[in-house]
This record gives sequence, C-alpha cells and structure tokens, in this order.
Amino acid sequence: MAERKLRVMVAKPGLDGHDRGARVLARCFRDAGYEVIYTGCHQTPEQIVSAVVQEDVDLLGLSCLSGAHRYLYPAVTKLLKDKGVDDVTVIGGGIIPEQDFQAMYDAGLKAIFVPGTTLETIVTWINTNVKPRA
Amino acid sequence: METTKKIKGGDIRAASRLIRNLEDRIPEAKTTIKHLFPFTGKAHVIGITGSPGAGKSTLTDGLIDCFRKKGKTVGVLAVDPTSPFTGGAILGDRIRMQRHAEDPGVFVRSLATRGALGGLAKAVGDAIHVMDVLGKDIIIVETVGTGQQEVDIINHSHTVLVVLVPGMGDEIQAIKAGILEIADVFVVNKADREGSSKLSRELMAMLDMAPPSAFQGGWRPSIMKVENAFEPASFGKALDDITTKIEEHYQHLVDKDLIGSRMRRKAIVELNEAIRASILEPVLLKLLGSGEMEGLIVKVMKKEIDPYTVAEDIAKRYLEGCL
Repeated sequence: MAERKLRVMVAKPGLDGHDRGARVLARCFRDAGYEVIYTGCHQTPEQIVSAVVQEDVDLLGLSCLSGAHRYLYPAVTKLLKDKGVDDVTVIGGGIIPEQDFQAMYDAGLKAIFVPGTTLETIVTWINTNVKPRA
Repeated sequence: METTKKIKGGDIRAASRLIRNLEDRIPEAKTTIKHLFPFTGKAHVIGITGSPGAGKSTLTDGLIDCFRKKGKTVGVLAVDPTSPFTGGAILGDRIRMQRHAEDPGVFVRSLATRGALGGLAKAVGDAIHVMDVLGKDIIIVETVGTGQQEVDIINHSHTVLVVLVPGMGDEIQAIKAGILEIADVFVVNKADREGSSKLSRELMAMLDMAPPSAFQGGWRPSIMKVENAFEPASFGKALDDITTKIEEHYQHLVDKDLIGSRMRRKAIVELNEAIRASILEPVLLKLLGSGEMEGLIVKVMKKEIDPYTVAEDIAKRYLEGCL
C-alpha cells in the first residue's frame, strides 16, 4: 500500500547559533505530519546540499538570522543546481529586509517568511505548493 | 535496471531515492530491490541500540571517524520515532554526524519508524541492501531509543552494540530478558558519571551467570567504558578500542563460521515479511475497497460477531488450498 510522505529539511547555514526558530518550525512540521530532518547550526552550503541529496527531501527550509542570507541562500541554490537537484523546493526565513526579497526569488527561493509570520501560514503555504514527489 | 546500474556504480542520489521509494512502498521499488538482491551480503552491518539520550548518535559519529581512518566506507541508517498522532517525525540523529556530510565515503540516511514496533523502520532491511550494493564496507544501523523489548536489530546485524548509561535501575533490570541479551559489545557510556562502576559490575555479574550457550561460538560480550564525549583525547581512545572490538567480533564470526547463522535470522525475517505483505495486503485492500471492512468493524464493535470468526471466514475465502 503505497503512501507518499512529505520529507522536509530545516537547515541553518553560516555562523549563526540562533536556532530557536528553526527548532520551533521543525516541531511544527512534525505536527503537520511531515518527516523532518534538522541539520543543526553552523552548516556550510556544501554540507546542506549533500544532506539534501542523502535524505531525498521535497522541501528545504533555510533559516538565517545573521544577515548573511544574501550570500548564503544563493550559494545553496547554486550548489543544488550544479548537482542537478531540480526537484527540491527551497524556502527561506529569518531577518530578511523587504528590499532583499527579489534577490532571494531570483536565486530560486519560492517563498520568504519573516518574523511575525504564523506557523499556520507557513504550513498552509507548504501544503498548497509542495507535493511529495510522484 | 537503470537504477540498479546507478546504485552499483555508487550513485548516492539514486540510492537515496530508492530508499525513499521503499519507505513509501512504491511498487517499482520492489522490482529494483529484486534486481539488487543477488549483489547483497558484502558489508559488515553493525547495530547500535540503547535508551533515548544514551549517546547512540554521538557514538555513531565517532565510529564513522574511526572506520574512515581505516579507509573503510560507511553507510548509516538512523531511525527515529514517528508520531502516533500526526504521522510526522523529527529525524534528529543526523545533527551529531553532519561533520561527515561532505565526505563522499559516508552516506547518512534518516528513517522514521512509521508504526513499526521493534525499534527499527520497516524499510531498514531493504535500505541495508541498498547501502550494501552501493559498496559501503560498514553499515551502521542506529535504532530508535529503545526500552527493554525492541530487539529487531539482532535480525539485521552481524555485531550489536548495546549502549547503556549509569542510573538505569537495580540488579533486577540486569537479569530481565530482552535487550541485554542481544549485545555482542556493551558500551557503558557517560562513564564519568556516578554509578558507572556499579553498572559495569552488574553487567559482569549478569554475564558470569549466563549459561555457556548464551555466548555464540564462545564470544563473551565485552564491556567498554566511554567517558565524557567532550574530552576529545580520552573519547577518541575509547572509540578506537570499540572499533577494534567490533572488528574482533566480526573476525570471530568469520573464524567460527557463524556469519551464516546470523544471516539465517535475516533471511527468515525477510521471508516472513515478504509473505505477509504479498498475502495480507491484497486481501485488506480488497476488503477496504469493497466497503466490506467497514461493515465488519461495526459488527465487531456491536459484538454481533467476533474478529476470530471473521478472520477464519476470510481466510477460507482466499486461501482455499492452505486450510
């Protein structure tokens, strides 16, 4: 009896030890019925992409509160592209100023969630936009 | 066939996709595993089990390091529990092993139990096959945090490590059946804490009282102490010793011609599982699909009929030749 389950990775790239938000999200995704892999803090883009491949996730959520998202998020999406991983949806969260949104979308992120977003909003977005692979 | 070739060539992406499909029970994955099966059986499979927070993931991380230094490639299957309410899971073992993420000789894959009760996920047996064909020399299987009874790991591994920490209870715990019986190597972890000598003594007393038949081929389980994981020098030394002990155990199995008896357990379990799946599932699907199941549930709830009679009637209907 085949049953697809959504697999999600929550990752924290760069020198940023503030992972309360990432852990709250991981818990929230668990309660939404997803299988959640959390990488822990201080990950290089290479480590994250390698973990994405090894875990075969449908969605990658990046969290960065240090202000380095303009460098780190595109670094992750570029590496994914280089490795030919084109079927993973990437979203991002953290302290991201509005004027950076376009650069993030240009880098391949499908959604940005900033402080104040409710968990419900994020889960609803995922349920609408991300389907487990066929 | 394409996937088989890719996995034999060491393609991690194809392997992780296949493991996913096996977990999700996609029919094509079954076809692929049939092709892979003849090429399995080369790797040394090590099971690591113990209570939640005992330090299984941290030890696994350390063992990866030791085996890599010896030039061995390593696959890790790390199992964490699925929520019985939402079906979701936090697969957190990987956090302890992320420093190996960029090493092409290491492949770490997290699995959720999805309702399996024996401390593993249903797909673990097949996932071991995939890693085996992928060419991993060592496959470490880390169970969920276990209690007393979750001993399925013995069916899948050559060497079982049971990780214990001080403070687990009195002497009675040490004579109970279950998890303490399956160890080839005991690891007394966090041994810098109070009570570790007492724990080691109790384990030793337990082993002293065991009948000789409990020690397969004469292998008496070793008791290895590991102190604080944050003291790199002593921790590294302890892990080197455990790695050596694991290799000694495998050599013991080879020397005493015991690999076969270990793998016999695996063959029995795999056959049972496969037969159950191919007989039970189609019947259940049919009952669910036709709506008959719902009627039966209501009847059983109202005590109009008992489940045993229902099962016998259904068996008569589908398994004519066997009854």
